[in-house]
Amino acid sequence: MAHEAVSNTGSGNTELVRVATSESRLARYGLIGLALGFVALFLVLPLAAVFTEAMRNGPGEFLTVLSDPETFAAIRLTLLVAGIAVPLNLVFGIAAAWAIAKFEFRGKAFLTTLIDLPFSVSPVISGLVFVLLFGSHSLAGPFLQSHGIQILFAVPGIVLATVFVTFPFVARELIPLMQEQGTSDEEAALSLGASGWQTFWYVTLPNIKWGLLYGVLLCNARAMGEFGAVSVVSGHIRGLTNTMPLQVEILYNEYNFVAAFAVATLLALLALVTLVLKSLLEMKYSEQIAASRRH
Amino acid sequence: MEVRVQNIRKEFGRFPALNDVSLDIRSGELIALLGPSGSGKTTLLRLIAGLESPTEGTVFFGDEDASRKTVQQRNIGFVFQHYALFRHMTVLDNVSFGLTIRPADRRPSNAEIRRRAGELLDLVQLSGLEKRYPAQLSGGQRQRVALARAMAVEPNVLLLDEPFGALDAQVRKELRRWLREIHDRTGHTTVFVTHDQDEALELADRVVVMSKGKIEQIGTPDEIYDTPNSPFVFGFIGQSNMLPVRIENGQLLMGDQPVGVSAPGEADGAAHLYFRPHDIELLDGEGSISGTVVVTRRVAGTRHVELDIGATGTKVEIELPPEKFTSDRARIAFRPTRWKLFRT
Repeated sequence: MAHEAVSNTGSGNTELVRVATSESRLARYGLIGLALGFVALFLVLPLAAVFTEAMRNGPGEFLTVLSDPETFAAIRLTLLVAGIAVPLNLVFGIAAAWAIAKFEFRGKAFLTTLIDLPFSVSPVISGLVFVLLFGSHSLAGPFLQSHGIQILFAVPGIVLATVFVTFPFVARELIPLMQEQGTSDEEAALSLGASGWQTFWYVTLPNIKWGLLYGVLLCNARAMGEFGAVSVVSGHIRGLTNTMPLQVEILYNEYNFVAAFAVATLLALLALVTLVLKSLLEMKYSEQIAASRRH
Repeated sequence: MEVRVQNIRKEFGRFPALNDVSLDIRSGELIALLGPSGSGKTTLLRLIAGLESPTEGTVFFGDEDASRKTVQQRNIGFVFQHYALFRHMTVLDNVSFGLTIRPADRRPSNAEIRRRAGELLDLVQLSGLEKRYPAQLSGGQRQRVALARAMAVEPNVLLLDEPFGALDAQVRKELRRWLREIHDRTGHTTVFVTHDQDEALELADRVVVMSKGKIEQIGTPDEIYDTPNSPFVFGFIGQSNMLPVRIENGQLLMGDQPVGVSAPGEADGAAHLYFRPHDIELLDGEGSISGTVVVTRRVAGTRHVELDIGATGTKVEIELPPEKFTSDRARIAFRPTRWKLFRT
């Protein structure tokens, strides 16, 4: 912490010793003020606007708008998609992190880079990839369609796009954690006679549980909030393939501001809940990380 | 149980970590694998455990070929350098882990598991700390939990990787003595890896000195210290001096000066003379190694004297009882009383 050993508030000359890393009062308050002002302008203000806009006609109207069948369908679809995508990425994420952190193999660096791909590619492109794969001019699309399987403009396409976009969250969170923990805990369990599954279940999983939960939270927030990729593959069929973010856009374009902001409120709430949970976890998690370092 | 390692070779990529290593470990023995880092000692330990598999060669547990068995089937106890305690489990759960995860037909009852874990914690003097988590223990305590956990499965052989490596000097010494006591009481065949020669010489029944993936010498601590069989062992264990000498008619010469040591029957030629700083006697005058005093240091009960012995600029260090050395002495002449020649 930057503490001044001797305060410089009296006559200007009493500033005898100052900790090397501390700045002058002016610089400190200036920096803090700048940061707070920035946060207020770009984060707090828009969020507050969303809530006030949604509540403009009172809470009664707010609830009525949310119970609109199409909006309700959008909420249900979003929950469904997240409910499929998040568990899938939970499993994929653990598997990928496990492989990268605990084994040496050819192409490991390539796989690590590949996992980051969804982060670096624009979400619109992520959506287009699936249009190219399953569209009417692709190889797979007509074949699947002739067997009665609809991918694009239907729930499977939305799930696929969401899985793609949210893939890195769990893996990214776990890889550094698992690398730091190394393999000796697992070796200890094996040497005591534990099977592979027992080792995973009783040793590996408890060691990564906080990081895992954190990754799942982020993954879930993104899965529910994803717009770009889902927008490309969904087809915007009302009451059928619209997720919450898409529904917000439609309502907004129809000048139905209260409804648009009401749905937006739900998404914003999700973000807030995620943030709060994340902070709580980080507090807990940091203790565990510290403990594991002391260990 | 006795453990035999036969002609083991282990390569990591193209780099041979162990090269044709054979070792017989008797039942109930306490053996130290001693060597500098990179000598292959930890690799050998992990091969015995089954945590690594050999490129070539066989590991026998008793008369049984254990090479093809998994680490689980070998039933060993392994204590890791950094303990690898399960941080989310209490001390008691850590110690009972090996028993609780057994399939139902081989698992003792819960009461029995708790009784055995309690007994072991008693043995390692940690009774009362059952409910603590590893993070709440000191380094020495964690070490003892790790040992209790490894012993809980009644292992065929107990393997310890640098068991005291992460502890401070005081705790190290205590734990060393204590480990010896535990070993004498339980009689487990035990192999431990160390780079600390004091630890190996003080603790082990036999010491295996390793270097560059090979075994240099196997012997009791006395044999290793008194009769090292290679320049490496001589240099690695304890303090030693090396002088380039020439043998002529059974006499050792340094330059043209006789060293005061005769080696009857040795063929003429060049050799290296090794001797320990305390294995010398002071002489007056000719027929000895003599040199000027460079620096002296008092270390506990002895005085270490560094001598510059002229011609080749070689320096040797000798140890004297303090009363034999007065500070006004500028030159000292001596000859080794115990020594060994290695031909060059």
